[in-house]
Amino acid sequence: MQKSLHLDPNKCTGCLQCEMACAWEKYETFTIAKSRIKVFTFHHEGRFVPYTCTQCDEAWCLIACPVDAIKLDPVTGAKIVLEPTCVGCKVCTIACPFGTINYVAQTGKVQKCDLCDGDPACAKACPTGAITYVDADWTGLGKMRAWAGKTDTTAATA
Amino acid sequence: MAWTRNVLRVNLSAGTCTPEPLNMTWAQDYLGQRGLATKYFVSEVDPKVDPFAPENELIFVTGPLTGTMASTGGRYSVVTKGPLTGAIACSNSGGYFGAELKFAGWDMLIFEGASPKPVYLLLIDGKAELVDAGSLWGKTVWETEEEIKKVHQDPQIRVAAIGRAGEIGVLYAGIVNDLHRAAGRSGVGAVMGSKNLKAVAVRGTRTDSYPLANPKAFLAATEAAKKVLAANGVTGQGLPTYGTQVLMNVINELGALPTRNHRDIQFEGAGDISGEAMHRKRPTDGKANLVTNGACFGCTIACGRISRMDPGHFTVKDKPQYQGASGGVEYEAAWALGAANGVNDLEALTYANFLCNEHGFDPISFGATVGAAMELYDLGILTKDEVGFELPFGSTEAMVKLAELTARGEGFGKEIGMGSRRLCAKYGRPDLSMTVKGQEFPAYDGRGLQGMGLAYATSNRGACHLRGYMVSPEVLGIPVKMDPQATEGKAAMLKAFQDLTAVVDSAGICLFTTFAWGLADIQPQIQAACEGDWSPERLLLVGERIWNMEREFNLAAGLTKKDDCLPPRLMKEEAKTGPQKGAVSKLDVMLPEYYEVRGWTAEGVPTAGTRARLGV
Ligand code: SF4
Ligand code: SF4
Ligand code: SF4
Repeated sequence: MQKSLHLDPNKCTGCLQCEMACAWEKYETFTIAKSRIKVFTFHHEGRFVPYTCTQCDEAWCLIACPVDAIKLDPVTGAKIVLEPTCVGCKVCTIACPFGTINYVAQTGKVQKCDLCDGDPACAKACPTGAITYVDADWTGLGKMRAWAGKTDTTAATA
Repeated sequence: MAWTRNVLRVNLSAGTCTPEPLNMTWAQDYLGQRGLATKYFVSEVDPKVDPFAPENELIFVTGPLTGTMASTGGRYSVVTKGPLTGAIACSNSGGYFGAELKFAGWDMLIFEGASPKPVYLLLIDGKAELVDAGSLWGKTVWETEEEIKKVHQDPQIRVAAIGRAGEIGVLYAGIVNDLHRAAGRSGVGAVMGSKNLKAVAVRGTRTDSYPLANPKAFLAATEAAKKVLAANGVTGQGLPTYGTQVLMNVINELGALPTRNHRDIQFEGAGDISGEAMHRKRPTDGKANLVTNGACFGCTIACGRISRMDPGHFTVKDKPQYQGASGGVEYEAAWALGAANGVNDLEALTYANFLCNEHGFDPISFGATVGAAMELYDLGILTKDEVGFELPFGSTEAMVKLAELTARGEGFGKEIGMGSRRLCAKYGRPDLSMTVKGQEFPAYDGRGLQGMGLAYATSNRGACHLRGYMVSPEVLGIPVKMDPQATEGKAAMLKAFQDLTAVVDSAGICLFTTFAWGLADIQPQIQAACEGDWSPERLLLVGERIWNMEREFNLAAGLTKKDDCLPPRLMKEEAKTGPQKGAVSKLDVMLPEYYEVRGWTAEGVPTAGTRARLGV
């Protein structure tokens, strides 16, 4: 079974533990500028929205890369940047419609979420359950359940 | 290590920014944040300095746990001599700004002198620059943040700024970061204004500036401590659901909610302005005041209130800028803007709170001062002619009008902006000022909670709930339940709380963790982050040292035992209703005992033995 990151803005408080966890996992720093997941604050709507790569099936970044530096991890489904191959041309950053692959000046390469080899640090760090790592085929399960709970069954059983 | 070991010294008179290495001996003795900055401050500034003189310094400081995965590790403090009190001022704030300072590679920013013209400090990692703020002067906190991000084309910059209140010297002006988080008390924003410093803007991307002493142990310790917060009823449920507002009904029922300038001790409108009320759907538009809860940097508690007002409310009807969501009322603000004046309109409180954030002033001191003005009016000492409008207790219109006027420094708002002590003195009734050392009380009555009264009287920054939170033992039973009216053991308990609080502040984490965390939860996090020995005993000694250092500064500034007092009302006028009916403060009994457990003389001065033991 493949899993995917499931982001639920309704639960997010904007604490940025996920950003620190990601930066720590990849760079051993808490400096959130290095995080591959970003939490956006829409202050006047009172919303916090975590956002990162959704690992598109047909990945624009992967297709656009002229040197084949982005590979599919067949186990996790993640699209992974092979740093030694990447030449830092940034074509992938243009190709990605979501902006979730970005250049890192410090390394001269690009970076994106790689699902941490199937053990996402951000999901582990999130205190509210706003980030979970769940069955890729059933990311809608929680919402379905919530609606199911609202179904009025009293009429049917009466 | 956890310190970046970098201090930036900004001489505003000369317009220079000079980096210097952090004094690591002091870091070992004072940990960081509040303690460390105060050490710098008392070593460099004459205690008799006029708070508004260029010779006063203003220090922004982070702690070793600021900008780490320790829960709530995002706090910074601002240390200066406070214009409201003439005592040491140290105001603590959350949000994202503090962590960003660390990411940029700075433990501390020391501002000296005063700029000849308005400027803001721009910090992009190690690069520091004073930028002309001529076009920002007069702008609100909110506009300033937006403008700075726009000019530098970087939405990820974090900003701490003063509003109009800080510029015009409202004596309780604060410094607001991330739109609604504030170093709110004692007038640190007014000092910033006196230095012509509009804002500090920072962006941090450095990855190597503060390696931890023991990363593995640190991650394990912080993870374990987060579990403690999650499992605790207050930090895991109460605070995220109701914020600090969880206390409104509790304190009111207990008979310790100061009402109408402390004339009463219970407020009939408490339910209308409580945390529960913020969840209730309004009859007008069918929506609740509270939109969601929000967290400061790294905080797994998330007590913050994000509120949206009823767009039809008279205060915001034609003002779209207040109709979106923003920082809602916390308990202390709801009390000060509400119960202290007898106002029970939650929407009006929210509006006034928005104004406090937008223009940068402390809702506690503001609301309490309005309460004092209302009493002067009630007694016929203040007249409609002087104020410009009617000012009876319970007037929503008057409270919001005064918030608007105070923010702009217009009309009677000028008087309100001086705080309650100066207002009451001006009108010949200093006894009606509900303050200690010139700073207004927060939301607990010192008659209803005896230990809290002692905490107020002895707080180094004037009346304050964050310098020894005796509400914990007296109401919540943390760490043990104490009878609110008992005096026995209160002095020793308060000392323990004051010292522990100094440690918590100095580490760079939030005091609210201590609803669940004891020193046993905090110590391993500090130990794993910082090099050196940070045993619990040593940490408590550091806390005690910090407390005594602050005390020594105040004594040298001219404060004496006489300033460790409560207003006559709390000493003589009995609580009228509720479970604490008939109570007055028993400060006279507790204070000598407190001096004794502190190792101070009967005059409240640390003895030679105490000084030697603490090394101050
Ligand atoms: S899964 Fe890993 S790489 Fe992807 S955002 Fe989360 S922590 Fe970062
Ligand atoms: S850790 Fe979870 S709650 Fe915190 S900001 Fe990230 S997604 Fe939101
Ligand atoms: S508990 Fe509240 S004030 Fe403290 S850090 Fe968390 S959100 Fe901020």
